[in-house]
Amino acid sequence: MSDERAFYRSQAEMLPPRPAPAATVGVVGWMRANLFSSYLNIALTLMSAGLLWVAVPPFLDWALFGADFSGATGADCTGDGACWAWLDQRIEQFLYGFYPAESYWRVNLAVILLVPALAYLLFDNLPYARYGRFFSVAYPVIAAVLLVGGFGLESVTTDKFGGFMLNLVAGLAGIVLSLPIGILLALGRRSRLPVVRILCVVFIEIFRGVPLITLLFVAIVILQLFLPPEVSLDQLIRVMIMITLFASAYMAEVIRGGLQAISQGQYEASQAMGLGYWQMMRLVVLPQALKISIPGIVNTFIGLFKDTTLVIIIGLFDILGQARLLQTNPEWIGEVDHETFLLAAVFFFVICFSMSRYSINLEKSLDTGRQ
Amino acid sequence: MSIAGSNAEPPLADAGDASANPIIRIDGLNKWFGSFHVLRDINLEVAPRERIVICGPSGSGKSTLIRCINRLEEHQEGSITVDGTELTHDLKNIDAIRREVGMVFQQFNLFPHLTVLENCMLAPVWVRKMPRKEAEEIAMTFLERVKIPDQAPKYPGQLSGGQQQRVAIARSLCMRPKIMLFDEPTSALDPEMIKEVLDVMVDLAGSGMTMLVVTHEMGFASQVADRVMIMDDGQILEQNTPDEFFNNPQSDRTKLFLSQILHH
Ligand SMILES: Nc1ncnc2c1ncn2[C@@H]1O[C@H](COP(=O)(O)OP(=O)(O)O)[C@@H](O)[C@H]1O
Ligand SMILES: [Mg+2]
Repeated sequence: MSDERAFYRSQAEMLPPRPAPAATVGVVGWMRANLFSSYLNIALTLMSAGLLWVAVPPFLDWALFGADFSGATGADCTGDGACWAWLDQRIEQFLYGFYPAESYWRVNLAVILLVPALAYLLFDNLPYARYGRFFSVAYPVIAAVLLVGGFGLESVTTDKFGGFMLNLVAGLAGIVLSLPIGILLALGRRSRLPVVRILCVVFIEIFRGVPLITLLFVAIVILQLFLPPEVSLDQLIRVMIMITLFASAYMAEVIRGGLQAISQGQYEASQAMGLGYWQMMRLVVLPQALKISIPGIVNTFIGLFKDTTLVIIIGLFDILGQARLLQTNPEWIGEVDHETFLLAAVFFFVICFSMSRYSINLEKSLDTGRQ
Repeated sequence: MSIAGSNAEPPLADAGDASANPIIRIDGLNKWFGSFHVLRDINLEVAPRERIVICGPSGSGKSTLIRCINRLEEHQEGSITVDGTELTHDLKNIDAIRREVGMVFQQFNLFPHLTVLENCMLAPVWVRKMPRKEAEEIAMTFLERVKIPDQAPKYPGQLSGGQQQRVAIARSLCMRPKIMLFDEPTSALDPEMIKEVLDVMVDLAGSGMTMLVVTHEMGFASQVADRVMIMDDGQILEQNTPDEFFNNPQSDRTKLFLSQILHH
């Protein structure tokens, strides 16, 4: 063989790097790699394009081009498309429920203040981070005062809460509380103290093993049987407690999964350098375990947020309740079934999708390389 | 230049004479894992600045022995006294001893979510309550001593095994321990990285640190050890100066073990 010598040859010069072949970069390269890489892929691409072609134009016709946007009752919606005429009169109810209109600013302010409160909690390296964190911690109290009154603000009872604001209040409270409770339950479930461990296991299994709706009935009906009649815990608070505990049980199991992924060596190194139990958990174990658990945590958050629609069973009208109200309103009956649900769906989707995107970004920013 | 810092004095000439005032005293130590008798009547005294190499077949209890010294394992019988403090169930004693005893593991066990610098600062800041600035200075000093100051801002996952193990050593030294325990520090390393870690350990030994090293690196043992001991079946089978130990082993088991690892 003439190439025999090549085998023994030592390379005279190192090869410089070359740019990747043109067909694998740019738009064409991307399309080739992602849309047309195989026959199956080509078939799927064409099918998807077909589906979009069939579904999107008629949807747009219905939702926008052929829709009615003005009118006083359902009778004014005469076209073939959607009926959005109700938005004008009802959007406030969808957002605020029966919260007094002259106090809408309090809800708005609470939502606006939520932005910095969340930002300081979620992002590092913001200016005035120190004061910002204080603000984040104080925010729940500030928001509660704004919403229910006190300190000179006129009091608003929680039965006036409604619309999407109710979903946000219940969802955020649940999210803020279920994470720490879930962490404590997960740590407790792995505790070396049998009493702590058994208590946590019983709690988790009961709250996970019973449907949420049952827990809510317990909170509303049965709890009152045990409480002295003069004690009346706010109905909304009862529901929020149950939703939170329910989510905490799931959270605990998600975090326990993360804890199990942390190697024994991490615990040993922490102990060997003299860290105490809580220092070890806070500085070494939990940051890693929570990072691994982010997808499951956000999953639980999203589930919790959607479960807030169950407040309907205590007669509160969240955004979904408002949709039902309007659908059965004689002035609009039969005209707004799809439209109102669509609006509610969009609101939920925006929040849940944002949570999902944030979690993906967070995972990327916490990635510290292979290990 | 000495690794243990400016306060380290040159090694004592009489290192190896444990009778004077031992920094570690182990008396009649027995330990069981369930019904398995893993450590059997261990008696050991370690003098300050003494360097001991422990070898022996896998499963003989070497790791368990040195892990008892900082209470990563709990013993059932006998007593262990470290720097005048006896290891009991008293958490205060355990904490006090862990502050004085550094440990380096086979698997490095760096904290992957913290940078190299943060790994080194963690214990001084949280256990010694040292101001961050001071902790950072100390961390950089020791990272320089293990010759990787430029890796300080990186995460452990971006480092080679040898670099990670050197960070782990620096991390332990930042606590200014009086005693360093090494559990097979080079066993998880690719061959070309073993030397860089051993070099750091030789340097550390030269600075007068009390060291207990579980290793099969016999070159290291003959170079720096004051005493080499072999464990088998949870017992200290034989111990001697490196010279005597390698050239004139007493028991058959020691001879067999040495022939196995030296002809490897
Ligand atoms: N946590 C444990 N539980 C039960 N057995 C153990 C445990 N750790 C170690 N052992 C056993 O104790 C013996 C000694 O282990 P070890 O001290 O790690 O040996 P070496 O380090 O000399 O290889 C081995 O047989 C091992 O299987
Ligand atoms: Mg071992």
